[in-house]
Amino acid sequence: MKTLHTLMILAVLTAASTLTACSHAMMMIHGTGARRPAASEFTLGPRASVEGRYVATLEPSQPLRPRQMQTVRVIVRDVDGRGIDDAQIVVDGGMPQHGHGLPTRPRVTRSLGDGIYEIEGVRFNMGGWWEFRLAITGSRGVDTVTFNLAV
Amino acid sequence: MTNRTRTATALVVLILWATLASTAASTRTRWTTAQLEELRSMSITELPPLPPDPTNRVADDPRAADLGRRLFFDTRLSSNGRVACSTCHQPERGFQDGIALAVGVGTTARRTMPIAGMARSPFLFWDGRKDSLWAQALGPLESPVEHGGTRAQYAHLIAAHYRRDYEAVFGPLPDLSAVPGSAGPAGDATAMTAWSTLNETLRDLVTSVFVNIGKAIAAYERHIVFGASRFDRYVAAVTAGHPGDDVLTEDEIAGLRLFIGRANCSQCHNGPLLTNNEFHNTGVPSRPELPLDRGRLTGATTVVGEEFNCRSRWSDARQRCAELDFIVTGAHTLDRAYKVPSLRNVAERAPYMDGGQLATLADVLDHYNRAPAAVGGHSELRSLRLKSIELRQLEAFLRTLSGPVLVDGRAAAGATP
Repeated sequence: MKTLHTLMILAVLTAASTLTACSHAMMMIHGTGARRPAASEFTLGPRASVEGRYVATLEPSQPLRPRQMQTVRVIVRDVDGRGIDDAQIVVDGGMPQHGHGLPTRPRVTRSLGDGIYEIEGVRFNMGGWWEFRLAITGSRGVDTVTFNLAV
Repeated sequence: MTNRTRTATALVVLILWATLASTAASTRTRWTTAQLEELRSMSITELPPLPPDPTNRVADDPRAADLGRRLFFDTRLSSNGRVACSTCHQPERGFQDGIALAVGVGTTARRTMPIAGMARSPFLFWDGRKDSLWAQALGPLESPVEHGGTRAQYAHLIAAHYRRDYEAVFGPLPDLSAVPGSAGPAGDATAMTAWSTLNETLRDLVTSVFVNIGKAIAAYERHIVFGASRFDRYVAAVTAGHPGDDVLTEDEIAGLRLFIGRANCSQCHNGPLLTNNEFHNTGVPSRPELPLDRGRLTGATTVVGEEFNCRSRWSDARQRCAELDFIVTGAHTLDRAYKVPSLRNVAERAPYMDGGQLATLADVLDHYNRAPAAVGGHSELRSLRLKSIELRQLEAFLRTLSGPVLVDGRAAAGATP
């Protein structure tokens, strides 16, 4: 009887943890409760990375619009304003309020020198608040910069 | 009645009146600037000009569109002489067929998709396994349950019945005298054996004619568009500062408010065509009689290696394939994800979903409201907890999205060969 009881508790706990894992993994069409940052947080930069190693600025080739494939240049500099070349940049992002990521896999396709990189394949599939994250590995180390974009 | 009772009664009446009045007014409340902007973004008038399709050099050639129109309605493009594109894509039904699973020479595993506006979609079919209108058109032609014919058969048909018009668009037809009447890489065993005996040069000649059939049909399909609906007239009114209540009823306006608000519909159904052109798992049940399919998970992998994709040698712009270059494949979120369809004319095309699983609009709204678990992958839905009156208002709104389907500005019902 005691074993049965323990088993039942285990089963309930497993079910609960599985359900939680599922709800975290999936993209939720209905709100996640994430709060939109203040208007001043919405900027194309210059924006400092989390640990202050880099300062990045975005330059979209056209104003950011929903449902269109777009190209965005990013300028990466160190705190003294020197362009960072030969960096590895991984692009990621999504909509915090909806819990989904980017619908495409954008990536740096060209390095233009003086810390300027071209990111192609950027698409936002709806208007609203998007996060656009760049994980930068360069001469100043590894760091991440997150932009809040209003599309 | 004492004074106190009278005062109390008056107070109750006043409160009741105020509550009722505010409820009635809430549906008429003005839209905020942000909401008006969202409504404007959903209007058909906001559609930008149709972008060119560089993979199809005849996409905007009127002669190709005319040839494509005749091919679209030609039942000789089938194994039994009875199936044309228009068998399932019926102009009088908005280029779909109104049944759960499409029927060509056999029965397919999918609901027929409408054609209007598809020229703007980066990926075609419910699972997005094709990346252009012309590549899409070639799929059903060789499917054993749709047109059921072979590419050699179709090439011969062009030579026999469309030679002059074909050559005016695509140049001289190749010599097909050494090609058997029926041969192709898909189809019955005889046709496949016949195909395997052809040398590569002959196969390429046949395939080039087959590809051009698809490009002509695509040129025609680019002319099939949605006309304005009552919803669009409402947006025109409210964005011009008019109340618009002579265009939509209170219930329809309340439904629209839910659509862009608590019901979260516009998260995916946004823009002038009311689709983000993406793929989502919304927990739609599979059809019990069919094997479980994985939707976009399979479709995304398929399109990357597909014979007629943007990067293929049959494409007229192999270097410009951004959709394939930046495609997401293999992700868990693609499992049983299906294309978000346009909601324009949605009330005119029951049953719904990739296999016609849901019979009515009310069933669809009930599904989104309950948000059942997916049979495979993970549903992105969460229960909406909408009241039945709100579901009725949403349905009323969806019905305002109906408008004409136009071909070159004329109602599609008259778009016969």
